[in-house]
Amino acid sequence: MTSKKLNIQEFLDQDQKKDLLRLLTAGSVDDGKSTLIGRLMFDSKQLYEDQLAALERDSKRVGHAGEEIDYALLLDGLKAEREQGITIDVAYRYFSTAKRKFIIADTPGHEQYTRNMITGGSTANLAIILIDARHGVITQTKRHTYLANLLGIKHVVVAINKMDLVDFSQERYEEIRESYESFVTQLDVPDVNFIPLSALKGDNVVETSNRMPWYHGPSLLEFLENVHVSSDRNFDDLRYPVQYVLRPDIKFRGFSTSVASGIIKKGDEVMVLPSMKKSKVQSIVTYDKELDYAFPPQSVTVTLEDEIDISRGDMLVHPDNLPRVERQFEAMLVWMDENDMNLSTQFYIKHANNNTKARIDAIQYKVDVNTLEKSNIEKFKLNEIGRVVITTTKPLFFDPYKKNKQTGSFILIDPVTHNTCAVGMIIDKLSSKNLPSRITDVDKEKIAKGEPLIKTKEYQDKYNQKGETIWITGLHGSGKNELAFSLERKLFENDATAVLIDGSSLRSGLNRELDFSPADRAEHVRRVAHICKMLNDQGIITICSFISRNESLRGQVAEIIGEDRFHLFYMDATLDYCKSNKPELYKKAENGEIENLPGVDMDYETPANAKMIFRPEENEKNLDALLDYLAANKIFPAH
Amino acid sequence: MNEYSLTNLRELEAEAIHIIREVAAEFENPVMLYSIGKDSSVMVRLAEKAFYPGKVPFPLMHIDSKWKFQEMIEFRDSYAKEKGWDLIVHYNKEGFESGVGPFTHGSKVHTDIMKTQALLAGLNKYKFDAAFGGARRDEEKSRAKERIFSFRDKFHQWDPKNQRPELWNIYNSRVQKGESIRVFPISNWTELDIWQYIRLENIPIVPLYYAKERPVVEMDGTLIMVDDERMPKELRDKAEMRKVRFRTLGCYPLTGAIESEADTIEKIVEEMMTVTVSERTTRVIDFDQEASMEQKKREGYF
Repeated sequence: MTSKKLNIQEFLDQDQKKDLLRLLTAGSVDDGKSTLIGRLMFDSKQLYEDQLAALERDSKRVGHAGEEIDYALLLDGLKAEREQGITIDVAYRYFSTAKRKFIIADTPGHEQYTRNMITGGSTANLAIILIDARHGVITQTKRHTYLANLLGIKHVVVAINKMDLVDFSQERYEEIRESYESFVTQLDVPDVNFIPLSALKGDNVVETSNRMPWYHGPSLLEFLENVHVSSDRNFDDLRYPVQYVLRPDIKFRGFSTSVASGIIKKGDEVMVLPSMKKSKVQSIVTYDKELDYAFPPQSVTVTLEDEIDISRGDMLVHPDNLPRVERQFEAMLVWMDENDMNLSTQFYIKHANNNTKARIDAIQYKVDVNTLEKSNIEKFKLNEIGRVVITTTKPLFFDPYKKNKQTGSFILIDPVTHNTCAVGMIIDKLSSKNLPSRITDVDKEKIAKGEPLIKTKEYQDKYNQKGETIWITGLHGSGKNELAFSLERKLFENDATAVLIDGSSLRSGLNRELDFSPADRAEHVRRVAHICKMLNDQGIITICSFISRNESLRGQVAEIIGEDRFHLFYMDATLDYCKSNKPELYKKAENGEIENLPGVDMDYETPANAKMIFRPEENEKNLDALLDYLAANKIFPAH
Repeated sequence: MNEYSLTNLRELEAEAIHIIREVAAEFENPVMLYSIGKDSSVMVRLAEKAFYPGKVPFPLMHIDSKWKFQEMIEFRDSYAKEKGWDLIVHYNKEGFESGVGPFTHGSKVHTDIMKTQALLAGLNKYKFDAAFGGARRDEEKSRAKERIFSFRDKFHQWDPKNQRPELWNIYNSRVQKGESIRVFPISNWTELDIWQYIRLENIPIVPLYYAKERPVVEMDGTLIMVDDERMPKELRDKAEMRKVRFRTLGCYPLTGAIESEADTIEKIVEEMMTVTVSERTTRVIDFDQEASMEQKKREGYF
């Protein structure tokens, strides 16, 4: 293709403008895949003569093609593989024509090499699916198509090979085409093309063949030269995952990466994830010149107008177009490791320049790559593919792989062997109804031992308070509720996190089976104490207003909550005051209509060691005194 | 080509810069192996681009077999000085002092002791956990299968059967102490890409790449240049001046010259497009044994 006579300057100037197409070929030796690639490379005059000479030498020794040149030997690099006659790994091949440069990821076709095909296909714009015209659409065809689709390859060329062996029959071609089309509708491949060819004889590979006059389309090479792929990238959603922070001196602070998607422009308002801080793009720096804008996959360096703390793994985005920021998501996972999946492993996960840890929370199903049937399994083995739920230690900034390959892909690394044991394509965040347990194994152990996962100090710093209990005792109608409620209001206004626990709401729900007998009153209070303990353990202030009529009961409460977290206050109201406040209740008790009302037919023991004693008549003063107490004891605010 | 598309060269450049930055971000102690050849020159330029306006945050290391062309060494020293590079030159002192060389020991022994062993000793000495190399996948069959991040065990060995899967542009840089990664940022470049880039970027290269009258001796069908007195006298006496250039650079007794008139990049490319011999055939070491490059790579050579 380069044989067209140009002078060398013209040639180089033209060549310099070429773009790049990355393509995947999958198939087994029997399909003539290597022959096809060899033919593409040979006929586009990129094979040097000495490579051909070496080829003739090798063909005579281990060739499988009789007297003809075995193109497969050009491609199968490694010695052991050459002897076995199969391509085991992914081999990358390069050739160019006057229009384009091509990188072929050449991968083996058998099911046991699924991971190789996945590896080779991850960067491909296009996949060539080879079909032997004699055999038509077979299991392998479906598997390769499924995998290409899974990888989000938008263009598929179905190369119906060995047409020479079916007499270049149009009927056979149409039959295979229909069969493939009926299968491919189950999937979501946007661009499917069919080309009948003979790799061995060269029909429709580089030149269109006159032996298939019924076919009016381009040859394979013509197609590859012209297929439009540059719009396959995502130019809509700016995702700038910071790869490297460049600080050569105190004046310059640049954030370098390859633009993952979208366009970043000078002057753009950008938001930094995860801090959500905003700034503007001051400049886009490269070695050659400053740019007004940058697009994927350019590798550039951006400076911002404001000094914001940004590190590797953070992401710049447009504030009106955010990715998902989640610790949990569903993904299609391909297991790449010889060792089986172990669900209790904490993997390293690498995603968009971010490193953190991850575990597989659930396997939704496994896909049979041959039949596309789904089934339930316990764990994945090598080459198995399925849908899983993943939880990460810190949030990732992602998009569904279908929308954005760069921010939708990740790898899992085994923490012991450091092997890349699985690769994934994110489907989306998890819908809340499917939320599995967020508890990790390490956490489970801690919980089993009763150890909290968050330290008291952490709560204290976060809430700016100590999780302790303000307990107000006093007779019924003494005004302790008024004080408790106004304290809750005041703390709320001052941004404290407090929960008010009052007897009547508990008695209408949680404790509704309890009556007012001494035993049930004690049980009622015991339960309250446990609720306080739980809330206090989580850093929350509890405000309790309960009669809690004697020292032994209050002692029990203090013991449950913890002596040093229990702050007892006494609302010292006279019985007359209480009666005037709640006349109906006291009247009923005095008339014997109700029993066990402290102060009437049951003793109330004045607390001996209350932190403060209040008078109900002085409610305003009481509230201030109580707030002063909280401040003095650094209960709130803590700092 | 719309306004948001890159040419082949700019796409390859962006990919290489991404890879180089990734290594700087994820490894503690990387090094760039510098062979003085044209691919190394391209690598150096890519590294400068990756960290502009800052300096490249890792050193260069040249493994000196002590049999390199003198012009290479001159180029290396003046280039490193001009650019302010942190350059480490390492050689096998023991091998050098005991007089190991291709004329006396043959190419296989010389390459093993003065190149492979020297490289491994150099990497061990400075405890580098990542080493950039300028290998390209189109150079040779076994390289076509190598990863961009190529894992090496603590003996620096490559296991072609046990390579880490490498997908998208996400590279696995996890290693245990003593293990390392060889990194090949220009894996996807072809020889033509390299020349195009040198032309486009105006990158300085060793003058040996350009045709000039040089004293050469024909040995086993290969033209070897007389570069110093260590070439046996009986060979030197047969030297004649021919207009030659070199397609690859290495140890002078192991690097064949080709007769050529190409004294500009354009002429070199023109010659390359029509040439009858591919690049590595002028390197004697590849012909030692069938699949010899694969063997060398397993042993730790690039």
